[in-house]
Amino acid sequence: MKLAFQIAKRFLLASKRQTLVIILGIAVGVSVQIFIGALIGGLQDSLVDTTIGSRSQITITKTDELISDYDELLSLTESSSNNIRVITPTITTSGSLVKGENSEIIVVRGFDYNTADDIYKFSEKLTPGSELPNTTNEVVLGINLKDSLGIEIGSVVTFDSAVYESRSFTVVGFFDFAVKEINNSWTITTIDTVQGIINQGDVVSNIEIQLNEVFDAEEVTKLEIDEQISDEYTISTWISENESLLSGLQGQSTSSLMIQIFVIVSVVLGISSTLAITVLQKSKQLGILKAMGIKDGDASLIFLFEGMLLGVFGAIIGILLGIGLLYSFTTFSGTDIPITFDAGFLAMSAGIAIAASTLAALSPAIKSSKLTVMEVIRNA
Amino acid sequence: MPSILSLKKVSKTYGENTKNPTKVLFDVDLDFEESSFNSIIGQSGSGKSTLLNIIGSLDRPTSGDILFKNESLASLSKNDLAAFRNRSLGFIFQFHYLLPEFTAMENVLMPYRISKREITKEVIERADELLEIVGLGNFKNKLSTNLSGGQQQRVAIARSLINNPSIVLADEPTGNLDSDTTEKIYELLRDINRKFKTTFIIITHNRTVAEKTDRVIEIKDGKVYLDISK
Repeated sequence: MKLAFQIAKRFLLASKRQTLVIILGIAVGVSVQIFIGALIGGLQDSLVDTTIGSRSQITITKTDELISDYDELLSLTESSSNNIRVITPTITTSGSLVKGENSEIIVVRGFDYNTADDIYKFSEKLTPGSELPNTTNEVVLGINLKDSLGIEIGSVVTFDSAVYESRSFTVVGFFDFAVKEINNSWTITTIDTVQGIINQGDVVSNIEIQLNEVFDAEEVTKLEIDEQISDEYTISTWISENESLLSGLQGQSTSSLMIQIFVIVSVVLGISSTLAITVLQKSKQLGILKAMGIKDGDASLIFLFEGMLLGVFGAIIGILLGIGLLYSFTTFSGTDIPITFDAGFLAMSAGIAIAASTLAALSPAIKSSKLTVMEVIRNA
Repeated sequence: MPSILSLKKVSKTYGENTKNPTKVLFDVDLDFEESSFNSIIGQSGSGKSTLLNIIGSLDRPTSGDILFKNESLASLSKNDLAAFRNRSLGFIFQFHYLLPEFTAMENVLMPYRISKREITKEVIERADELLEIVGLGNFKNKLSTNLSGGQQQRVAIARSLINNPSIVLADEPTGNLDSDTTEKIYELLRDINRKFKTTFIIITHNRTVAEKTDRVIEIKDGKVYLDISK
């Protein structure tokens, strides 16, 4: 073992340029793998965050009815799964807002801001001078309604509905969700306000939930909740509502995986062919070692160690290169693409590179063990 | 003197399973005595190198057997043969075959390290002594590629002796050296033969060289043609 390792080291050091080229080859492969992995991971996280990060990921409703005993439902649901990050009741109705001659169709949503802010992050999205609704009939409107209705903070607007009585709201602020539909139509207020409009007592229309592991929504958490609560409730998840987004995300993961696999395959092929040539270059040395009585297994070990050493140094330099690439990409590209990587991902990349390099040395190693002293002497 | 190595009806055919098998050795019987100094001569193509390779267990005979200290080598596995070579044989080749990545000293120690024993102070002293004997005491830390042809061959001689082998096999050990160096190398081999009682079997095509040995075996057409002892 020790001798094989030392011979491997000397062989690599004796042809420094060739060794350096292989190490650089592995390093480039590793760095590309890290770069692409981190970039696609980041894109995915950011896509998930923008599409479902600020909305309900699991929603509980009661078919054709409002939920009256929602306190009990909240506590039952919350205790059903460890994956629940935030749970909040909301109540929604619709109608139109009127200011002078202007009128807009809107959705009125009543929230409990202590918990709902964790999902929707309203406080981050308020425009300067705005504040969240505090008491009954205070509302905050989507920023687009400001111009279409011609109103300011402090304005009083009229809520009209075909079903319910009209009433007046005081505008205490505007929010900007960067989503046109929401900015055009959402009017957020307290739960009390909407309950007052509907006039059915202490009821809500939805229970909204955000999760720690969003991809567990359908197959894990939904089932856990379903076991605890009564059948009269309907549970829907972001996954069932966004099949195309999900298949997009899966497609992205698969393409990232494919790219990484092909990078590794090319690294393996590169090392394998270079080491195969090394076996030929070192056949004279192998012949003399075998004449002196080195066993075939130990002779093979020399090349496995060579592969491993190349992999270790390739991985180290590759990680540094990869981090450098990511750094220069985020610094100089001018884009705002987030990058996601952690020590685990780096360790995995390094581990794969080392394992792949050692594996790549397998065929040269077998070749070296089959080489006989006779062949070497005849070809000398 | 007792026999150290015997060949019993050794034949070798190359390409046995092809249309034109070539028989290189025909029922060769030979005995080598302990501490003897032998040469094998023959034209190229006579089968002398094949004979040396079979004696050195680098190649197996097609039929017949080789006895080392009355033990048959035929039944040994590849790994056992490797261990046998490491322990009991020393090789000196025409092309010096030092490991160019290692120093003279490291090359001399290589057969010892292959045997997987711990490097001790004694073995380093022995390597030092062997390098002194071949006149390279001052060159032990030089990379072998920085040595001249004659120096490399002397390192190879020191290396062949490190494990105290019973037999040293030399294939044209001075084949590509000038005549002065050739003379010195043979004197060296002869000294070692006397000092360590090592059996030498030297292959050469040079009759003047062969005549310096105690026994000359001439191989012709795969058979022992002449066998003269002084």
